[in-house]
Amino acid sequence: MSGISWFVGKRILQSIVTLFVLLTLLFFMFRILPGDPTTMFVDAALPVEAQEAVLQQFGLDKPLSEQYWLYLKNFVQGDFGISFTSREPVVEVIGHYILPTMMLMGFTILVALLIGVVFGALAAWYRGTKFEAAIVSVALFFKSAPIFWVGMVALALLSYTLNLFPTGGMYEPGKESTGFFQTYMNLDFLHHLILPVIVGSLYYIANPLLIMRSSMIEVMEEDFIEMNRAKGLKESTIMFRHAMRNAMLPVVTEIALLIGFAIGGQVLLEVVFNWPGIGRLIVEAIQRNDYPVAQATFFLMGFIVIVLNLFADLLYGLLDPRVSYK
Amino acid sequence: MKRTFKLLLRDKLGLIGIIVLAFFILVAIFSPQLLHFDPMEQHYTGNGELKKMEPPSNEHILGTTRMGRDVYSQVIAGTRVALFVGFTSAIMVTLIGTVIALIAGYFGGWVDDLLMRATDVVYGIPFLPFAMIMIAVLGPSIWNIIIAIVLISWRTTTRVIRSEVLTIKNRTFIQAAKLNGAGPFRIIFRHIAPNIIPLALVFGSLAMGTAIVTEASVSFLGYGDPLLISWGKILFDAYIAHAITDAWWWVVPPGLAITLLVMSGFFVSRSLEEILNPRLSR
Repeated sequence: MSGISWFVGKRILQSIVTLFVLLTLLFFMFRILPGDPTTMFVDAALPVEAQEAVLQQFGLDKPLSEQYWLYLKNFVQGDFGISFTSREPVVEVIGHYILPTMMLMGFTILVALLIGVVFGALAAWYRGTKFEAAIVSVALFFKSAPIFWVGMVALALLSYTLNLFPTGGMYEPGKESTGFFQTYMNLDFLHHLILPVIVGSLYYIANPLLIMRSSMIEVMEEDFIEMNRAKGLKESTIMFRHAMRNAMLPVVTEIALLIGFAIGGQVLLEVVFNWPGIGRLIVEAIQRNDYPVAQATFFLMGFIVIVLNLFADLLYGLLDPRVSYK
Repeated sequence: MKRTFKLLLRDKLGLIGIIVLAFFILVAIFSPQLLHFDPMEQHYTGNGELKKMEPPSNEHILGTTRMGRDVYSQVIAGTRVALFVGFTSAIMVTLIGTVIALIAGYFGGWVDDLLMRATDVVYGIPFLPFAMIMIAVLGPSIWNIIIAIVLISWRTTTRVIRSEVLTIKNRTFIQAAKLNGAGPFRIIFRHIAPNIIPLALVFGSLAMGTAIVTEASVSFLGYGDPLLISWGKILFDAYIAHAITDAWWWVVPPGLAITLLVMSGFFVSRSLEEILNPRLSR
């Protein structure tokens, strides 16, 4: 087997082990929560027979080791239990919330990456000027500012005072629509999306920007940049075609880390903007003691991050010759 | 170290960072003298009415909350909490993160595998929900918030410093030290560690920022220490009271305080990076 496929195989295996450890951690975390596990997992409002059925389904009448196996089995089969609050299967509950989160997060990260990479490169290129100081300061201001506070101020200013944007949610009240196109392919959705995307991307911009800047500074000191200058290439050509391309690698790894980091920000963003996504779902689930939903959402977020980290690691390993496949 | 500090003061960004940080430290030290009122005291007008969300005035320079409390005094009181959370977490995170990274990066093999798999698991844990659940389990106190922050935050420091260690360890001077018969711990602490100090300091200041923002976020979600007034909790109260519609004086100051303090850490870290890393300095 070649070094590369060995490396890829090993990383995939490692990610599976990581997922397994996360599942185990989750099992114990949700079982040391205060209160009797039966009251935690069984809704007291249910009739007695239904309560017993749930107890049996989760195996809460069995010893902990058996519960653990049942838990793993249920998770592998995609059975996450029934939500205490909506009485729907957890999978369906999460199903309602996953797409709005993906939409908001996708656009936010895309915008942050594009702006971050370009301005990071510019900051490096104009090193030591006022322009660089301004770029870095603005980026650091928004990275420092709590995302929920920027959201509150943006809402106060742009939504409540100037009436430019809606004050939250994903569509006008009463316009709850079904189907992908009806929900996401219209101006109303876009109108609701803009403000959270602006607030979110302002928060994330600094990460790719600063990494791009450092990477770019290193690349700019390399000989081939001088050589291109000597060849008489235009400065803009050197920057965009040669320096930026070579400085992108650390940003690639950053993308996965950024998404991991973004999940925390996403929770706050969704709370402030009343966005019907999994971030707000998990906060509400924890507050309402809806443990099946909280547990499954937690796992889902972890799953996403682990898969993305695997992806970034593979890319990094394949692209950077200094990392050996061992 | 003295030289570094001097250079830090000469760098504009670093100087601003140090001044802002010093300002907050002074506010924290002298907060008993700076307070205008007890932050929890409820104020009434002459005819016995609660001063509900009153705009800034001579008496209440940053106005009042819905419960008639003085916003200025609350923000002053929150400074100590923020600095305590920030410094304590940053020190713990940087030490733990750097040591794990040095050991993993240098030894490689199964040691690296084990530590990096542990890091991967921690990376798979969503930070805020984890903190919320931890606090639900352990009870809402400032120490439990710090524990939750440290348990997760070391991952970033470890990851980044480890990859730096990986590149450093393949450099010629490390190979030379090895050929000269230097042992692993000598190489790690004498030859590799000095090269990652700038990065460790950079991530230390970042960790301070993350910790302060995380405490604020946890408090904003309603899981703050009930006995303390933190900036995040002020914002939580303001959010619950719908202050964003008409009481800007209650919303802007605590958020701005968080931002400035966290930013001062970032400024210091960036300037340190430039000074300490010879490759990056001009």
